[in-house]
Amino acid sequence: MPGITREEVAHLARLSRLELKAEELDHFAEQLDVIIGAVARVSDVADEDVPPTSHPLPLTNVMRADEVRPSLTPQEALSGAPAQEQQRFKVPQILGED
Amino acid sequence: MSDIIKLTAAEIAAKVASGELTAVQVAEAHLARIDAVDEKVHAFLHVDREGALAQAREVDAKRERGEKLGPLAGVPLALKDIFTTKGVPTTVGSKILEGWIPPYDATLTKRLKDADVVILGKTNMDEFAMGSSTENSAYGPTGNPWDLTKIPGGSGGGSSAALAAYEAPLAIGTDTGGSIRQPAAVTGTVGVKPTYGAVSRYGMVAFSSSLDQGGPCARTVLDAALLHEVIAGHDPLDSTSIDAPVPPVVEAARNGSVAGMRVGVVKQFRGEGYQAGVIQRFDESVELLKELGAEIVELDCPSFDLALAAYYLIAPSECSSNLARFDAMRYGLRVGDDGTRSAEDVTALTREAGFGPEVKRRVMLGTYALSSGYYDAYYGSAQKVRTLISRDFDKSFEQVDVIVSPTTPTTAFAIGERADDPMAMYLADLCTIPTNLAGNSAMSLPCGLAPEDNLPVGLQIIAPAMKDDRLYKVGAAVEAAFTERWGHPLLEEAPSL
Repeated sequence: MPGITREEVAHLARLSRLELKAEELDHFAEQLDVIIGAVARVSDVADEDVPPTSHPLPLTNVMRADEVRPSLTPQEALSGAPAQEQQRFKVPQILGED
Repeated sequence: MSDIIKLTAAEIAAKVASGELTAVQVAEAHLARIDAVDEKVHAFLHVDREGALAQAREVDAKRERGEKLGPLAGVPLALKDIFTTKGVPTTVGSKILEGWIPPYDATLTKRLKDADVVILGKTNMDEFAMGSSTENSAYGPTGNPWDLTKIPGGSGGGSSAALAAYEAPLAIGTDTGGSIRQPAAVTGTVGVKPTYGAVSRYGMVAFSSSLDQGGPCARTVLDAALLHEVIAGHDPLDSTSIDAPVPPVVEAARNGSVAGMRVGVVKQFRGEGYQAGVIQRFDESVELLKELGAEIVELDCPSFDLALAAYYLIAPSECSSNLARFDAMRYGLRVGDDGTRSAEDVTALTREAGFGPEVKRRVMLGTYALSSGYYDAYYGSAQKVRTLISRDFDKSFEQVDVIVSPTTPTTAFAIGERADDPMAMYLADLCTIPTNLAGNSAMSLPCGLAPEDNLPVGLQIIAPAMKDDRLYKVGAAVEAAFTERWGHPLLEEAPSL
């Protein structure tokens, strides 16, 4: 499989919501290339007729009883908020002006 | 050094219950030890002096009133800083959660409190439990009490160091790829990764949800079993928690024996990259098991050669998804919110400032492995490897009761030695990772010092899922035989701090 380029790392950083510095891009590109080269060995089994395992326990749709129980107060829920207003989380603008 | 800090958890619980010692005396002795040595060791990120003493006073008051005490009443414990603690800071070793005070207790934290355990504080760890040396902590490294210039293992290096430095007789770790067992191995202590789903993950900051598992750390096999029994069991708040009785781990630890047991040795767990002294101590352990009446069976598990590669696709993939919650909106760090920037820009600036290099590497690696075009080749293949590893274990456990191996290929390496070489760091988990991928249980316990560097070597015991009691049965037998051979527990050979 092909190695990873600096441009691809920049793209991954954007997808990962990481505002990387230029020197970080160079460094990570080099390291990720080595790591990806090493882990690519798993594709040895790509053609094998084996079902994938996503989880060690074969569980589906685990439910618990729908009972009213104590939960966090608004004050507790907001206790770690970087900013708040009127008992709500206050966040920077999500949509642009236009 | 006060005698109290040398006691085992079992001894402390008995003395507190009988009134020979008060819980406050025990807590004060350990807090004094922390004051004396933790500047050098740096096992703790936060010492909760007031909380610990208040809890100890409560234990003593309960006893005065004649109330029933919990099974580990008055025993101090060092809690890995990945479990939420109501009113006490929880950082996960990351700047992104610096100063965060959780509004709730993890299920594990609650169970410890209900058992009257005295929580001394929160221990250092690799950021988000990603690492094998505790050097990835945003708050500086922890020293190995055997040699402070060496790593104490990771990610739970603070917990293992606290035990080896006699700052606490019990500790809690979490094991995603070896983060309980590898620190135990390199510090000469005992650590257990229970069966996946045995210990609730509610309130445990998620790294890789299909692999993460909390577990007990201690200086003796029996102490680990006592703690295991307190923290394990079904929790309706964790949908992956196993709804079945906890295996009889304490009974097993009190009745150590390997007579008539079939013990497997996997041929893939040796060869290139293994230190000579580690192999020597491992081979001696196998000889000891034979002397104690076990039958040794050689096993071939070819898929284990792909375990490390599969792990470094699966764990980063899950982490890239789990860590998306650190978006600077509801809790934790927020950077760059000057009224002109969008939420998305603030998120990216915050994560850049709040995450360390290893976390960034893994988030990007996981994003890569999950991206369309690469998904089948990387993540899909890794999941197939996971199936093959489970099959190799299943086949092996038809022939043997437990498997043994070295816990780590080498003894503790120097702080700084592998810090900027991720692949070299990842190799530390070569022997521990298959167990996480399959979800079964494993223990590490000391089996001697490597002759070339006089540092501890760990013996790993692996059992099938929900047969965790076998770890304790075998572990207790090995521990008793080695202690008799050495004339004392291995930790007695550690230099004084």
